[in-house]
Amino acid sequence: MNAIEIEGLTKKFNGFTAVDNISFFVEEGELFGLLGPNGAGKTTTINMLSTILAPTSGKAVVAGFNVLKNRNDVRRSIGIVFQEPALDGKLSGKENLEFHAMMYGMKKDEFKKRINEVLELVELTDKAGLLVEKYSGGMKRRLEIARGLIHRPKVLFLDEPTLGLDTQTRRHVWDYIKKLNKEGNVTIILTTHYMDEADYLCDRIAIIDKGKIVALDKPKQLKDLLGGDIVSLEVNQDCKAFILELNKLKWIKALKQHNCFIDLTLEKGEKRIPELIAFAQKLSVKIDSVSLRKPSLEDVFLHFTGKTIREEEAGIKERNKQFVHGRMRA
Amino acid sequence: MINLKAVYVLWLREMKRFMRAKSRSIGLIAMPLFFLVFLGFGLNNMPIPGLSKEVDYITFLVPGIIGMSMLFSSMFAGISVLWDREFGFLKEIMIAPVNRVSIVIGRIAGGTTTALIQGIMVLVISFFIGFNLISILSFLLAVLFMILIAVTFIGLGLIFASKMRDMQGFSLIMNFVIFPLFFLSGALFPLENLPLWVRYISFIDPLTYGVDGLRGALIGVSVFPLAFNLIVLLGFSLLMVLLGTYFFEKSEYI
Repeated sequence: MNAIEIEGLTKKFNGFTAVDNISFFVEEGELFGLLGPNGAGKTTTINMLSTILAPTSGKAVVAGFNVLKNRNDVRRSIGIVFQEPALDGKLSGKENLEFHAMMYGMKKDEFKKRINEVLELVELTDKAGLLVEKYSGGMKRRLEIARGLIHRPKVLFLDEPTLGLDTQTRRHVWDYIKKLNKEGNVTIILTTHYMDEADYLCDRIAIIDKGKIVALDKPKQLKDLLGGDIVSLEVNQDCKAFILELNKLKWIKALKQHNCFIDLTLEKGEKRIPELIAFAQKLSVKIDSVSLRKPSLEDVFLHFTGKTIREEEAGIKERNKQFVHGRMRA
Repeated sequence: MINLKAVYVLWLREMKRFMRAKSRSIGLIAMPLFFLVFLGFGLNNMPIPGLSKEVDYITFLVPGIIGMSMLFSSMFAGISVLWDREFGFLKEIMIAPVNRVSIVIGRIAGGTTTALIQGIMVLVISFFIGFNLISILSFLLAVLFMILIAVTFIGLGLIFASKMRDMQGFSLIMNFVIFPLFFLSGALFPLENLPLWVRYISFIDPLTYGVDGLRGALIGVSVFPLAFNLIVLLGFSLLMVLLGTYFFEKSEYI
């Protein structure tokens, strides 16, 4: 059985399409990632799957229940960790967990044991009595993950689980997520705009941009799609002629120009660099810098969207600004 | 239909927050007490138009100030949903497998209890400035009116909260809703001598019946019969619970 099945899911806000006709499925026990820039529609997708938002059109089934017709069944079967903290700072960590357990209809003797278990899991047992307003950002995150697990959900949604955490805490949270998925046998769907996070954690990744899924596969397969290493040449001059010449080289599989950088996809990059430099010298093109890297998901994203994730985010911010202005004028 | 466990846990949360936020409860009770002490002593020997000879002004004022305290703390309790929205906790409540009616009732139960505690505190303090209870029965009747006032205005608070994005609009509601409701209710002075059109407006103010009912219960003097006040207020509170639930369910901002 699939944990999640989505068909043609769409969400429009006042004529602005946030999620545009997406379809995919997530297998039971999978750790699935939605990767994309801020504003790409990841959170909107999660909100529809977790019954917070009603889809404009399309169908979504979570843990066997339709998100529109069986909302309460879906709610009972899922856990969710929101992007922004959703804790009561005036309650202690433990009280936050007890509140959750009771809202989900658990019995006292049942949830007492369970709360100790999940506190243990996220290593917050000795901080359980402290008011949450005194917690650090990382502790809050961990407490929320623990809370999402109390009622033993079949599917756990994590919306940007490591946003705003320092590197060390991020590593910690990653380990919890992996452990949960493998040992707890929980299907996990997470959203992230960190390439390394998606790469490290996810079994499969859907790359989402402007509300559409542009690619969906295992991280390795996605990277293999690019067909080799990437050599990036920095050329601070008009390089049209140079690119024309480069295009004639048979062993260059793909070429992308990006400001004053030229990204070449080729095999055995380290051996080709001397050759490339000699080639440039022959044409009297001055190369300012050379770098070689194994393909990352960032390159995959660039490959499919023609932009880096950072540029895409800047563009979305601009678009949203106009969107808000437009609405204010209207 | 109503999830009692959810109602209980929402109520429990309000109690814990109330106990931990002492400055909030003291702040909410301070204003009614200032009104009571300064107005009460300041105007006690003045001839107040419309006030019957047997009742001195402080005695007349105490039920009004209890009504005021109930109005302020209840409206605040209803609108405080916005705090939960601001701190994200509303999402945690809304995503639970609990229907909206239970959530609204849980919030009303919590808000009513905290408002009631504050109202009774005002009553107890008024004993020290010379107010006397007629009987235990009159106290119980007053508590009943206090509960109905609380339910009515928490419901009204929820309606406003569902239309607001954040707490910034609260001062607007304070000036244009809460204070008019308070002044028009007859809490501070008898309404009989006011121009007719003002009196008509006061008839649609639920607090009018609340304050009059409290007066009937606590000092045995009221404009309307006690049962009439009770029925009207009961109607208002039911209406507000229904509307509050409706708007809370329709609210777009989580």
